Amino acid sequence: MFSKKTAEQIQLETRPSGNGATAFYNNPKYRGWIYQSILFVFIIGFFYSIISNTLDNMSAQGIKSGFSFLKTSAGFDVLMSLIPFETTDSYLRIFMIGILNTILVSIIGIIFSTILGFIFGIAYFSRNWLIKQIAIVYVEIFRNIPVILQVIFWYTVFNALPIARESLNLGDAIFLNVTGLYFPLLVGESGSGVVYGAIIAAIIAVFIVKRWAKKRQELTGEQFPVLWSSLGILVGLPLLALLVTGIPFHFDYPALRGFNFQGGVSVIPEFLSLAIALSVYTGAFIAEAVRAGIQSVPKGQTEAARSIGLKESKIMSLIIVPQSMRVITPMLNSEYQSLVKNTTIATAIGYPELFTIFAGSALNQVGQAIEIMFMTLAIYFAINMVISLVMNHFNKRTELSTR
Amino acid sequence: MKIKNVVMTLAAAGLVFSAQTSIAGTTLDAVKKKGVLSCGVSTGLAGFSQKDEKGQWSGLDVDVCRGVAAAVLGDASKVQYKPLTAKERFTALQSGEIDILSRNTTWTHTRDTSLGLNFAGVIYYDGAGFMVSKKLGVKSATELNGANACIQAGTSTELAISDYFRENNMKYKAITFDTSDQTRAGFESGRCDFLVSDQSQLYALRIGLKDPDGAIVLPEVISKEPLGPVVRQNDDEWFNVVKWVVNASIEGEYQGVTSSNAEEMKTKGNPGQKRLLGTEGDLGEKLGLPADWAFQVIKQVGNYAESFERNVGQGSPLKIARGLNAQWNKGGILYSPAMR
Repeated sequence: MFSKKTAEQIQLETRPSGNGATAFYNNPKYRGWIYQSILFVFIIGFFYSIISNTLDNMSAQGIKSGFSFLKTSAGFDVLMSLIPFETTDSYLRIFMIGILNTILVSIIGIIFSTILGFIFGIAYFSRNWLIKQIAIVYVEIFRNIPVILQVIFWYTVFNALPIARESLNLGDAIFLNVTGLYFPLLVGESGSGVVYGAIIAAIIAVFIVKRWAKKRQELTGEQFPVLWSSLGILVGLPLLALLVTGIPFHFDYPALRGFNFQGGVSVIPEFLSLAIALSVYTGAFIAEAVRAGIQSVPKGQTEAARSIGLKESKIMSLIIVPQSMRVITPMLNSEYQSLVKNTTIATAIGYPELFTIFAGSALNQVGQAIEIMFMTLAIYFAINMVISLVMNHFNKRTELSTR
Repeated sequence: MKIKNVVMTLAAAGLVFSAQTSIAGTTLDAVKKKGVLSCGVSTGLAGFSQKDEKGQWSGLDVDVCRGVAAAVLGDASKVQYKPLTAKERFTALQSGEIDILSRNTTWTHTRDTSLGLNFAGVIYYDGAGFMVSKKLGVKSATELNGANACIQAGTSTELAISDYFRENNMKYKAITFDTSDQTRAGFESGRCDFLVSDQSQLYALRIGLKDPDGAIVLPEVISKEPLGPVVRQNDDEWFNVVKWVVNASIEGEYQGVTSSNAEEMKTKGNPGQKRLLGTEGDLGEKLGLPADWAFQVIKQVGNYAESFERNVGQGSPLKIARGLNAQWNKGGILYSPAMR
């Protein structure tokens, strides 16, 4: 089979035949197509077989299938919902609530894990021995403990808080007890629109100042104190609006009424536990990614920056971190996707995200396992595809531009 | 070599196509062949199914497993227990992972008609109720407006409480947990103001509290929760076996046959007792079981009264009164179809 061939023979075999046309099945291009279409047909056939087999087995066992259950009334309560919900609402609404709760905890987790990750990732390079050790200890502890244990740990911590009547109390405004964290809600009265307008105007003004300052620096080389002036605008403009309109706001304070606190804003311990655990856990991985990114930037860059007299803080933010982003970004993408998938751990503590209330409670009440699992999988897939798209776009922008 | 790979792929795909298997089949034959009964029970609920320090399972639900094993395999100990959460239970049965689900499961219309399952009888007539901390000073469920509820996810109680609060124009917040231990921990920590579950479970959970006397069960019973073993649909042979093992235990009490006198009754009993114990008639044969199937159930596990008293009644820490679960001629609704 593997007889030695002379170079001439090989050349003969691989050379196109005299008239320049090979048989179509020997043409690598067509051959690739043929094999791939055969494979495609079999993959389709394979899934068709699995699905029809499942459906056959289900009907043989008398299990009902279909999506009609989505319209029926769920009949159970959901702990936390971003949209109005009654127990008589449909399973479709349960599905929506699950998606929204998953997205909420994911976004909060992504924001805080990124902040933690960058703080500790950069802290690793601190010249201060203590700060560096804190960064190392943080990463080593939280990266090496399974995230489910961390979720349960935080939930246990919240469960150890006093009951509602004996709440921890901060100035009769902020309350913390076993049922959650309560704080006052700022309620706008008539005239508050002016203040909101002022906030928006301030944000726009900051962007304008930033662009103007950059342009000026490019033209004249003079630096403008962007940070301080921005802060001034952000605080000053709304403050002015507040004084002009006569502070059209009041606080809605939470108060103990009946069994529990009413009014204000409340955050349930299930949400806090999950958000803290995911942020801290994923933050440790992001810190490592940031460390790797910073280390990937050649030392010469720091030295060059120093040689032109840049301050240490500026070297990090203007030279090192921007260059390290092309290493960090792909890793961030994976970490964000892991975080979204890890939200399913909520089922251990009962935070009502998609997996807990839809693939858990709803599945159990209607028993349509195939349909519900399919819908659940599709949503996690979709969320992660969106993250991937956004991060890939960001990646394109941070890539080294080569000419 | 590439061609060879393709051929192998085709062969493998062909195998996948031809291997269309179906779970439907006779569970009875499978159990006899395995020599052991696979029984789905709860993850731990006093009186119904719980594991002691030596790893021995006991309880009312466990006795159904043991009874079926005694009838089919002649040995009540030949049971493999699979602890399941409320959320896992039906999938485990549907997929064939277990032969019987005997896990304080409420017989509901939806479960019976849409899950491909059959309920093989009722071993405990229950109803959902409330447990509150004494400190709260609540005397009736109607005072629970605005309170937090600890509930086990995926149970019929989750639906019953919503109906009850809607009916009475009250609001509640549901904090749902996976296992009954977690539910109890939630109640104990004060995460919720009351715990809602089947009455029997309330008593069982209460004795597991650090301070059982600090909690009271409210008088309201808000739903019907008939609990019983479940089997897969379309396997009538197995359905009959489980159904009649449950009935044999109930009939045993009605006929006055106990684990201690069963041996004697085999020969000295009246015709009804003899028929039950297999010395007359062919009840066992019709089920595809040995003639002494019911004798083995009663001899090894005991009749319904013995099982009840030992697990949840006066002989247990729960001390639940027979109530609805007494025989039909003694003020309850327990009734076995005729054994003939």
